[in-house]
Amino acid sequence: MASADARRAGAEGVVRRARAWDHVATVVLWAIVIAIIALLVATIGYVVVSGIGKALDPHFLTAKPEQFKEGGGIGPELFNSFYLLVLTLLISLPISLGGAIFLTQYAPSGPVTSVAKTAIETLSSLPSIVVGLFGMLTFVLGMGWGFSILSGALTLTMFNIPILVRTIQQALEAVPRDQRDAALALGLTRWEATVHILVPRAMPAIVTGVILSAGRVFGEAAALIYTAGQSAPALSWAAPITSMANPLNVMRPAETLAVHIWKINSEGVVPDLAAVSAGTAAVLMICILVFNVLARIVGRALERRMTAE
Amino acid sequence: MSNESTTGAATPPEDALLATRDVTVDYGNRRALKETSLDFGAGTVTALIGPSGCGKSTYLRSINLMNREIEGCRIGGDVYYHGREVNNDQTDTYDLRKHIGMVFQQPNPFRKSVYENVAFAPRRHGLTDRARLDALVEESLRAAAIWDEVKDKLDNSAYALSGGQQQRLCIARTLAMRPDVVLMDEPCSALDPIATFSIEETIRDMASRGICVVIVTHNMEQAGRVADRTAFFLLGEMVECGPTADVFERPKDQRLEDYLTGRFG
Repeated sequence: MASADARRAGAEGVVRRARAWDHVATVVLWAIVIAIIALLVATIGYVVVSGIGKALDPHFLTAKPEQFKEGGGIGPELFNSFYLLVLTLLISLPISLGGAIFLTQYAPSGPVTSVAKTAIETLSSLPSIVVGLFGMLTFVLGMGWGFSILSGALTLTMFNIPILVRTIQQALEAVPRDQRDAALALGLTRWEATVHILVPRAMPAIVTGVILSAGRVFGEAAALIYTAGQSAPALSWAAPITSMANPLNVMRPAETLAVHIWKINSEGVVPDLAAVSAGTAAVLMICILVFNVLARIVGRALERRMTAE
Repeated sequence: MSNESTTGAATPPEDALLATRDVTVDYGNRRALKETSLDFGAGTVTALIGPSGCGKSTYLRSINLMNREIEGCRIGGDVYYHGREVNNDQTDTYDLRKHIGMVFQQPNPFRKSVYENVAFAPRRHGLTDRARLDALVEESLRAAAIWDEVKDKLDNSAYALSGGQQQRLCIARTLAMRPDVVLMDEPCSALDPIATFSIEETIRDMASRGICVVIVTHNMEQAGRVADRTAFFLLGEMVECGPTADVFERPKDQRLEDYLTGRFG
């Protein structure tokens, strides 16, 4: 009798302790979440509030930057950022898609594949300044392309591919194996199963990953300082394609928004430096926020369309 | 069909649509299936029974060479389809699988509409005429006894269907290839009794139309209901095969008798 009571008391103690720890864990986790959200809101709020006045000014968004007097804009930088982003995605997306498909569907698991996977993971965490210096040695100096959009886009491609390959790889691996089996059992080839079943099924996750990586590329500065350069020639659509003023000329140097922030803060002499910097930061931040929101909307819409749900 | 379990039988009888001779399956260094020789005739249903891990599913998946898609898995021996040996490098496995369909344990419809689930593979294989595709979809869904339930929601997602409906959709998808062999890997294990009954009717119906059905099942009542012949597997070995009634009522092998009387497995 006594031992049964003791056992019951012991069991109650265990339950009480488990509940107490559950409470503690709940409180701690909430505290962490609140701290993170507060930090995020404070950062985004500060950047947006200090720069929103400039960011909504059409003149600031379209005018060219000034060297010495106030009132300069970020028109060329804004265009350059988007142009570099589009070029980078055009180059890196097909390569990454191919690489991820090969790694998930075709590569035999062996030493070579596992070295490739490790290399991709390592590359995806390589500091961007290292990628930038590599790009300078290879494209700017080695290929002799100088500070140019081409050098910048290829450097960003190197920076982007490992991340995209991993995202797409994860998206493809998340598709249940029975989908591939079903396709193969119907006499479809591995390629058909991949292109018509696996990729469409993984498409929402792939699109989300691509847009999120676009945000990273868009805000990248270190990899571009020594590759796309720090000058933004005034642009004119009337200029011939070979001219440094033609916006689409990939051989011209092109300062982006992120590089612009870095440059004016380190060597700028314009009197309204602080306002220009804050305005540029706000524009950059808003663009990336839009990318993120877009990633969700597009991902969800695609999911609905592709699955007939 | 008398020499089927004799190891080393060289060529299959002429009337066997499908036959295996000394088929083995190895995962790396581990032999998952010992030499298995069985014959399957057109219009017959054969059940493969045995406890979990006995090699029955492994055997089934070597008939359409699906095991080849698993890394490190090797299929040995001979698989004869219409008298032709297909377990070799020259055989186009993709073409083979058009004629030997497969239904899986978990219903695995594509994440597409009901219509697309059935029409997808025929279209990939070259059937693009809309009217003929429509006809094929209807015919296949009718053959799988699901047409009446889905004819008004062909454009809805297959994922909106119940588990039993999804499995019958998967059968329809397989039948749309007009196979003469359908392999089924425990097709009812995820389904309730009513859905199971409807699948079993479909199986008998397929056999009556000349399709050779091979079904893996852990449910011996099911084998009794649908199968003309039953093969018993144990520990990677095909122990005994014969007419279903004989296998259940007059087992020759002690291990089969032990299994039937519930002494293990």
